[in-house]
Amino acid sequence: MDNNLNLTKWERIKDSDIYHSFIKSPTAIISSAILFIIFFCSFFIEFLTPYTPFDPSSLSLMDAFTPPSWTEDGLAQFILGTDGQGRDMLSTILYGCRISLIVGFAAIIFSLVLGVGLGLTAGYFGGKYEMVVMRLTDVQLTVPSILMALLVDGIARGLISREMHDEMAIYVLIFAIGISEWPQFARVSRAATLVEKNKDYVSASTIIGVSNIVIMFKHILPNIMRPVLVIGTIGLALAILAESTLSFLGVGVPPTTPSLGTLIRLGNDFLFSGEWWITFFPAIFLVILAFSINLLGDWMRDTLNPKLKK
Amino acid sequence: MSFLKINNLSVDYKMRKETVYAAKNVNIDVNKGEILGLVGESGSGKSTVGNAIINLIDEPGKISSGSVILGDLNINENSESVVKYRGNKIGLIFQDPQTSLNPILTVGEQIIETIQTHLKLSKEDAKNKSINLLKEVGIKDAEKRFDDYPHQFSGGMRQRVVISLALCCEPELLIADEPTTALDVSIQSQILDLIKKLTKERNLAVILITHDMGVIAETANRVAVMKSGNLVEIGETKKILTTPQQSYTKSLVSSVPPTNKKISRFVIVEKENNKKKENNIKILNRWTKKEISNQDLVQVKNLNKSFDDNFFAERSKNFVLAVNNVSFQIKEGESFGLVGESGSGKSTIAKMIVNLFKPSSGDIFFDKTCITNIKHRSELMKFRKQIQMIFQDPYSSLNGRLKVKDIIAEPITLHNPSISNSDLNNYVNDLLDSVEMIQKSADRYPHEFSGGQRQRISIARALATQPRLLVCDEPTSALDVSIQAQILNLLKDLQEQLNLTILFISHDLPVVRQMCDRIGVLKDGKLCEVSNTEDLFLNPSHEYTKELLHLMPKIESIYN
Repeated sequence: MDNNLNLTKWERIKDSDIYHSFIKSPTAIISSAILFIIFFCSFFIEFLTPYTPFDPSSLSLMDAFTPPSWTEDGLAQFILGTDGQGRDMLSTILYGCRISLIVGFAAIIFSLVLGVGLGLTAGYFGGKYEMVVMRLTDVQLTVPSILMALLVDGIARGLISREMHDEMAIYVLIFAIGISEWPQFARVSRAATLVEKNKDYVSASTIIGVSNIVIMFKHILPNIMRPVLVIGTIGLALAILAESTLSFLGVGVPPTTPSLGTLIRLGNDFLFSGEWWITFFPAIFLVILAFSINLLGDWMRDTLNPKLKK
Repeated sequence: MSFLKINNLSVDYKMRKETVYAAKNVNIDVNKGEILGLVGESGSGKSTVGNAIINLIDEPGKISSGSVILGDLNINENSESVVKYRGNKIGLIFQDPQTSLNPILTVGEQIIETIQTHLKLSKEDAKNKSINLLKEVGIKDAEKRFDDYPHQFSGGMRQRVVISLALCCEPELLIADEPTTALDVSIQSQILDLIKKLTKERNLAVILITHDMGVIAETANRVAVMKSGNLVEIGETKKILTTPQQSYTKSLVSSVPPTNKKISRFVIVEKENNKKKENNIKILNRWTKKEISNQDLVQVKNLNKSFDDNFFAERSKNFVLAVNNVSFQIKEGESFGLVGESGSGKSTIAKMIVNLFKPSSGDIFFDKTCITNIKHRSELMKFRKQIQMIFQDPYSSLNGRLKVKDIIAEPITLHNPSISNSDLNNYVNDLLDSVEMIQKSADRYPHEFSGGQRQRISIARALATQPRLLVCDEPTSALDVSIQAQILNLLKDLQEQLNLTILFISHDLPVVRQMCDRIGVLKDGKLCEVSNTEDLFLNPSHEYTKELLHLMPKIESIYN
């Protein structure tokens, strides 16, 4: 026990059970490696590709509908081919992925803050407030999240002028997805709070005279973060998929700054005329992204949940 | 030739960082018709030995060497062979009767199932046999109760059912792993009597695994003492308890609170942290020591508490008073004990005194001020500072996400926000000193400490506000007996030096006798009697107190 003190932070991490479980799980290593590559490429895409797909002046319609490079008519400079406007597919996908990731993360953080805030206070204070919050989550859960997001988008279209709409689309999308995902966080954090608040350390703080706010956020919150982070990871994949679905339906981000969903929708029009790669690559990319996040989430759930430990 | 022979048994647990040797070359033998007590503190490997006999070692544990010979059969040759004997020749009783019965099957179904697994009996015969068994273990109306579900039985009755399950295939060896730890004193003695009776009548060989020296003294013929996987000593119970040969056994025996006299301090042979005891001068300097005024510090008047705040519960129907018209006083500087079995309302009273619960009716006065109906936070904080509490479970009473120094600093900064950082650090170190912890502990997290050390940290936190009243709710019942002795010694030292008033709550009569000046006995929320400790133990006036005193396991019974 004594030598533990002299370890650096990195050595402590290396000594932890989570690190060891990570090292022993090929799924976790592979999925996080894939995620790392995707994250890195989509956020540093400007430095990695010679193309600027969203600058119309740099595009040449001559290059339109070039198939992937390994096919007969493929060109070496367009690895995954080009779309109808001559944009390089690979860089378009990575730009689109960035939008998807930003929307997904922002939406999940929004719903996490909202859900955990409501769940934590509901579990801690109880009574009528808890009842109202929990019935609200029940109501929210009866509305399918896509429907909810469509509703929010519809209202936003009514409120925001047409010119403003394209600019605001991404925020509307974040709000729409976030608002449909918070009940999960509220339920999990309320349940965890109910367990934690009956533990003696909370009583001890009350007896010392610590205020409710401090007890909730300094003492209880760190102790309920594990299950919240686990559903947060799985929720991230769901949020990215929800974003793509909405964009595919045409209510998400506009085609001028396409996300993965928008790309799939745009490519869909060409599917029957034989230009399969325009929709196929964004779709397969989305599958890999969501699948890797889910695998990582599963691994986290198994590692962080002591009940599932063998 | 003894009936059960355990030869050179070793059990290893291969963990990531190290291999834990849960049992090392243990040699034990048990004869028919005798109860062997297997005693040791938590982690000593006593349950491991019990489980190894029936090959119930969980992964990653492994029996690395040794043999278990039952009669003339080597039952540990391979893992298949032992399955035949498990439940058949060997009966098992576990600690918690709540979890060892299946809640969705009737008691009868469970017994019949076990009988038919091992013996070739028709359903009718099996039923007759199980009713006879239930009668044998002392369940009244066995024919009727046969079709009851486990939740319809009380804790003690449930343990009787578990015993009948263990006996249903006529075993020759019975392994009882802490069979009475989850039960109240009065039920404990009934179950132990039953086990003793059955041992004699059926000529069983019994291994009784327990941490309670009192239970050993009253039931076991021979005793085996274990420590960290090693067998320390084995022999006649009387010999081991009265003239122990090994120093560990000596320390274990001296840590057990005697039931027949009050001693000033426990003799500590081995210390948990090898730290020399010194005076708590540093903490005393900070302490504004109050003169003992010989007046009542706490007055509890006609206190009632009922839990009927459930929204859907029908009010006034079947509602139970957890605390029923309780009144008592605690003088400044004294230790007042509250004793009672589970459900007697002792913890509820403690929680009302520290203002975690509001009483349904009645008042609590602290230093002549009523503290039950304080509205203003600033007013309440004055009392929060003066009344602190130590909890039963050292694992849940510390927030695992905070460092020890932050845990102890929290009350200090809360009540004295202007304290400078260096002064705060010194104060935390002084507090750690006063509970005999090394100062380096401040930078660690609670999970790095043992139960006893965590309880010390809890005490340091409670002392940080310089309270006048310390409410101790079963502070040692989750601890091993040698650690209990150290914590009790510490509490006594602190009380003497700091003039603390202590409200000590426990179910353990010998512990209360060591700690308290006056004792109140609670039963079902009512206070039966309050008197001085010596009077209570020598001339109890209330029937219930007499019964409790009669039933508590006494380590001294070995001398008779």
